[in-house]
Formats: sequence, C-alpha cells, structure tokens
Amino acid sequence: MASQVPIVDYLVLDGDPHLVANECAACGARYFDRRNGCANPDCGGTEFTRAAVATTGEVKAFTIVAHAAPGIPVPFVAALVDCGGTSVRGNIVNVEPDPDHVTLGMKVRLATYVIGADRDGTEAVGFGFEPISS
Amino acid sequence: MPNRDGVWILGIHMTKFGKHPDKDTVDLAAEAALGALGDAGVRIRDVGVLAAGNLLGGGLGIGQQLQKQIGQTGIPVYNVANACATGATALRTAVMAVKAGECDMGLAVGVEKLAGAGLLAGKDRKADAPTWQPSGRYGAVAAVDGRIGTETMPGVFAQIGMEYGHRYGGTSFELFARIAEKNHAHSTLNPLAAYQKRFTVEEIMNDVMIAYPNTRSMCSANCDGAAAAVVVSGEKLRTLSGEQQRRAVKISASVLTTDPWEEACQVLPNVNTLTRNAAAQAYEQAGVGPEDLDLVELHDCFATAELVHYDNLMLCKEGGAVDFFESGATGRDGSTPVNVSGGLESKGHPIAATGIANIWEVCHHLRGEAGDRQIDGARVGLAHVIGLGSACGVHILERSAV
Repeated sequence: MASQVPIVDYLVLDGDPHLVANECAACGARYFDRRNGCANPDCGGTEFTRAAVATTGEVKAFTIVAHAAPGIPVPFVAALVDCGGTSVRGNIVNVEPDPDHVTLGMKVRLATYVIGADRDGTEAVGFGFEPISS
Repeated sequence: MPNRDGVWILGIHMTKFGKHPDKDTVDLAAEAALGALGDAGVRIRDVGVLAAGNLLGGGLGIGQQLQKQIGQTGIPVYNVANACATGATALRTAVMAVKAGECDMGLAVGVEKLAGAGLLAGKDRKADAPTWQPSGRYGAVAAVDGRIGTETMPGVFAQIGMEYGHRYGGTSFELFARIAEKNHAHSTLNPLAAYQKRFTVEEIMNDVMIAYPNTRSMCSANCDGAAAAVVVSGEKLRTLSGEQQRRAVKISASVLTTDPWEEACQVLPNVNTLTRNAAAQAYEQAGVGPEDLDLVELHDCFATAELVHYDNLMLCKEGGAVDFFESGATGRDGSTPVNVSGGLESKGHPIAATGIANIWEVCHHLRGEAGDRQIDGARVGLAHVIGLGSACGVHILERSAV
C-alpha cells in the first residue's frame, strides 16, 4: 500500500481516521490551527493538548459553491458541521450537490478520500463529511 | 439651543458608482475629496487630519497620493485598512482625532477600482507540488479552498444566512431572492447606483448560481467608486455660517468593533456578535433605539447577509428577521426602510468606499436632499458595514436641529 499523508495536520489517519483539535489546557477552547496562545481573553493559556473530535455531527450551515477560484472543481458543498460541540469546516461528500440532497440538520460522518499521489507515490488524503443514511 | 457638542459631518460626497475606465484611484479619491470639501464650504487648508483607505489598489499611501493632487498641507495622514469596513474605519479615525481635540476638522476618504474584478474568492488553485510538504498554520500539503470548505465570499455569506435559517427556521431560497428584489427595486431611484435595474424574484432565482442560495443578482456588485466626508467639532461648527450649521449632520454614535472570542468563531466567520455589540454601543452612545430609526443602510454584501443583520442591529426581535422582512418593514414604504440606496447588491460595493458611501446616503435623507428616493421627514439614520476578519462599523446620524 502506498504511504499516505493527511491534507492537514489535524487529520489523523492512523487507525480510524479522525480530526484532532489543539485544546487549551486551561479552558478547553478548541482550535485547528497552530497556536501561539488561547484567544479566550479570560484565559490567556499557552499550553495545548491534542484532543480527538467526534467523527459524527450535524450540518449547521452549508452552501453549494457553483463558482470558485480558477482551478477549483465545482460544484461542491461547503459546510459547517457541529461534531459533538466542536464546529468543523468541511465539504459534504458522497452526495448529490443540490438542495434536495443536502439539508440543514442533516446527520453526517467523517469520510476520507485520496486527493492524489506525488512523484514519490505518496498519497495525500483529504476529508469531508458524508450523510449517514437512515 | 441646539446641541453643538460632539462631532458633525460638515460635507460629504460620493462619486457615481460603476465603471470609470478613464479614472484611476487617485482621480476618484480626488473627485470625492474635493466634492466633500466643496459641500462643506471649506478648503484643504482647514483640515487637520486625513484618513484614507484603498484596499485592493496595491499602491502605498493613497492618502499622500491624494494630498499631492488636492493640497499638501503637511497634516498627519492615516492610511487605514479593515477589509469592507475600511471606509468606516477612515471616518472613525477622523472622528477620533476631532473628538480627542487634536484638530477641529478632519477628512476621511475611501476609494476602490473594482469594476470587472469578478468573483472575490481565495487564491487560484495551482497544480499540487511535486512532493507533499506541510506548510502554513494547518500543516496543509495541498490547497484547501474547495477541499475543506470554501473561501469565496458568496459561499461564506451563504453559510451565514443558512446558519440563521437552521437556528430560527423560516428561510428559503425564495426569501433571500425577495430581499435582493427589494434592493434592486430601490436602486431604480438612485442615479448614482452602479445598476438601476429592477428584477423579478423569478429572474433573480434563475440568474447564474454563484453559491447557493446566492445567485449573481444576490451578490454585491463590483464597481469603481469613492466617497469622502469632512467632519468638524461642534465648537468649530458654531463659528461657521448658518447654512453650514443647517446642513451639518450630527454623528450621534461612531463605533468600531471586532470579534469577541467565542466557540467556532475561527471556523466560520461570525458576523453576528460583533455587529450586535456595535449596535448596542451605538444605541447607547446616541441615546436612541432601533424604533427611532427613519432609515438604515446595512451591509448587504449578499442577500443572505441582509437578513441576519436585521436581527444583529436589533431592528426586530431576536430570531424574528424573517417575519420582520415578510411584514414589509424594510421596504422604502415600511416602518424601517433598509437600503433605500439599492444597497451593495445594486448601488455597488467599491470596498473601501462603502463605509463612507452609506453615510452619504443617510446624510442625504437627513438633509432632505435625496430627491426621488427621499424618505420624508427622516431625522435619524444608521449606517453599518462589516469587513471579514472581522471589523464592524456602526454610525448613527441625526439631522441638525437648527
């Protein structure tokens, strides 16, 4: 099997793929980017731990992007997903990109897919959220 | 005796919004600035501070470039940038200087050349690198726009409107289209609007889809334009002519806010909390409430955004924006006319000019000089802008009591 790398460092591929947040050790605030400190002004923490984010969630907001910057395939569904109290940005995948198939409040789960391979044959793996069929 | 304290708009000018192929940013800024000085009945020599904004021009120092065309008096220049709130930031800077007593008159200018800019999106996606190398604050090995959500403005603001619908219910594609229909209808009375064309709801819904539910005619119109304002202290105003005093407009509140930290605000921009905070501060400063407003110019960068700002500016009860719009309150004949200029969707959105152009619109009505689109008897108005990142400007303006 080809070696794989995640598209972003907050996607963990070992075992069951999941997202990890940088969680403030003092107040529990969660972030996905590299941190210099906590943005909660009442906290001021600078220590962070890696916290696993729930792999299922609910669509809080979405849009179906029909026009994007050159080079970006359209249409695609961009969404904000509430994963057990942590908000996550991601595409809704494995679904027809139209308002009949994507709805507010829809239950979804994390899904990964191969974006492509580099010249060394290493695959980059992306993530999205797919509907949980009822 | 009228209250002569505080800071007042003495003169204000907005260029025609649209395509100006023969004018550059300096030409447009000079036209707006000279127009504002003329409207104020003063000269550049009278001005003690200049605050200027131009977001996408790429040049350094639009304020100094402007001085070289309209008068180099050696005064301090503040070149400001705050995304779509840049114009409001320039005005606020001039207001702060006057309020602080550093000078008694200031000039604020915002200008943008944006006609034909097309979609405001993230960077074009380049071919992936030959080998995956993590970079940036997310350790990304490949471009994320389009793979992990969207960075296009229509898409971001579409989600903001949809999130409101998820929280409170009642939204639909057609509802958002009807908000755009209202603003396009308003624009037919505004000769300075970039577009003055009425559209039916069907035309809007069948227009080119950009980011559902925002079609092209539900997006702000990229165009060229500039706006400028001269602000003056109440003390100085007292020494000016009766005509200048009569036409002066009181800045009853001038507020700029940013995002206070809350969960998820770094995942999808939250345009709600900072707008609500700015509005609350502005109403308190001005001593007026939403029910006192005769007109509102708010930041309808997309039809989906206008809806949430009815709520954020507390024009309706919390969660009641859909019912408020459905009641007809925000039409020009309604109880709280919103965007009678046509708004960003049809008047246009030359980014750094917008936060002064909306003040110009409100002043025009308060002075009784708005012609065919005059809101009769307008006495108090509010102007709002938001720039993602985020910065929110809210100004409340009142007619002179002279």
